[in-house]
Amino acid sequence: MNTALVDFVYREARLLDEKRFDEWYGLLTEDVRYWMPLTRGQPDGETFTSLFYEDKLLLKVRIERLRHPNAFSQQQPSFCQHVLQQPTIETSDPAANHYVTRTPFMYFETQLDSQLVLAGVTYHHLTVIEGALRMRLKKIELVNCDAALPSIELLL
Amino acid sequence: MGAAMSRYRNSPQAIRALVRPDEVHRDVYLDREVFDLEMEQLWHHAWLYVGHDSQVPDAGDFYTTHLARDPVIMIRGSDGRVRVLPNRCAHKGTRLASAVSGKCAGGMLRCPYHGWTYRLDGTLRTVPLKSGYDGTAFASSPAAQGLPEVSSVNYRGFVFARLSNTGPAFEDYFGESLSSIDNMVERSPEGRLEVAGGVLRYLHDCNWKMFVENLNDAMHPMVAHESSAGTAKRTWESVGTPEGPAPMVIEQFVPFVNNYDFFEKMGVKVYANGHSYTGVNFSIHSKYSHIGEYERRMEQAYGAERARQILGEARHNTVYYPNLTIKGAIQAIRVARPLAVDKTLIESWTFRLVGAPDELLARTTTYSRLINAPTSMVGHDDLHCYRSIQEGLASSCNEWVSLHRNHSAAEAGGIAGTFGATNEAPMRGQYRAWAELMTLSMGEG
Repeated sequence: MNTALVDFVYREARLLDEKRFDEWYGLLTEDVRYWMPLTRGQPDGETFTSLFYEDKLLLKVRIERLRHPNAFSQQQPSFCQHVLQQPTIETSDPAANHYVTRTPFMYFETQLDSQLVLAGVTYHHLTVIEGALRMRLKKIELVNCDAALPSIELLL
Repeated sequence: MGAAMSRYRNSPQAIRALVRPDEVHRDVYLDREVFDLEMEQLWHHAWLYVGHDSQVPDAGDFYTTHLARDPVIMIRGSDGRVRVLPNRCAHKGTRLASAVSGKCAGGMLRCPYHGWTYRLDGTLRTVPLKSGYDGTAFASSPAAQGLPEVSSVNYRGFVFARLSNTGPAFEDYFGESLSSIDNMVERSPEGRLEVAGGVLRYLHDCNWKMFVENLNDAMHPMVAHESSAGTAKRTWESVGTPEGPAPMVIEQFVPFVNNYDFFEKMGVKVYANGHSYTGVNFSIHSKYSHIGEYERRMEQAYGAERARQILGEARHNTVYYPNLTIKGAIQAIRVARPLAVDKTLIESWTFRLVGAPDELLARTTTYSRLINAPTSMVGHDDLHCYRSIQEGLASSCNEWVSLHRNHSAAEAGGIAGTFGATNEAPMRGQYRAWAELMTLSMGEG
């Protein structure tokens, strides 16, 4: 199981880097949350603003928007590259069908001559549905979540 | 600087010539000297938003920020008053507080370099080995005077300051536009707001005025936001359940792609000194789902009639020229901080309506994340347009930017009034104020 968890984390990042968004979308549970908090130790995404706090519907909007011919900020397209450290298994609970990995990362996002570099730790909360691992929560803790940031156009 | 000619400094005529009744010259966005003069003149004469007094609830609490290029501390004194002080030791200039916010240890500000201490009202308290100044001119120098307080006004929790000793009085400067702050405050059953939910800090590589102008630009949403709000609308139509209410995010996104007729009819009110608000009659915030418990608490606090009036105002954006824009109906504000001629930091702050259910704060933080975050699909396209202006204006084909839409010769006597919201009157009003505030203390050099 541990290998499958680690493979999932690598594959998930690769699908984003290769803009294979439909395949990526297929990894999500119905109740998925894609969360990038605005502060350290942030308790929730409701009484506190987040950088991302997206459900499956919003993620669909985001993917469709990236493909829209009039997504003006993407007419010169952005590209991204995740560089992941070896994920560690934080929780492995088959009885509860609940698995958590922790993955330090660097993330590069470019648009022609500009390049943004971000770093942090990602937690994947995974569960098995019909024999396949699915992502219920992706929580991205940026090391500089409180910094003044430029546009982040793609998904970390 | 080198041998560059000074085109605008000490030349109020040259500054005024950048603003025509219906056009502005590109130098207002591109020229470094104009930017320097904005920081020294306009941003010194105008009343600038500093922060909210709920950020400094107790004596000794402070919040640090910048007004134009000046580092300042907003601090609550032992007398309960919130003051704005220069964040600069009177001795050698060290910043006295380096954290964004905190509490002064021992009820005083203490310089981390030579240990000079100040009372919370800025007066000098102690200087180590003071006898070293005996027989010197120290006592009559500015260094001995402590921290000179910046003129400030706390308007219903919103703290504004004016760096210059000259300039319009607070009430004259903002006038009736303060009604937007009134409405935001009155939306709390207790008449009180508290900063809550964190601050989004979004770097814009564009001139600050592009952001400020856009806040009352009703001609762009249906174009610039087609890919985000339009996609949200279509996605919901394809997967949504028509009988149920739309999720909050859809409710917030979809009105951005309402048609021209909607945006025209929402109306814009333009005041003197560059202030204005869109959403005189209704706005993109008017049709949000009712939150029953909140409405009950409002009726309890204000009576049914008054509560309906307060909640019936759903203003879109109010611009408090030059650095504050507010959304009373959603309890979010944006503060513009120019960093360079082509670089601006936009901070989005959100508020809790004291006495209202948490659901209201969730609505506020959701909106701010969707629209104002560096990750916002809406923000991306706005910023893309500002950046494109910053680059496009380098074109030598035309040095002037058009603000002709619905211009009328009658504006020569003043622009204040209510108009259809697609009118560019708010921008023309901003530039009229711009030229006045820029040249207020330049004389006729």
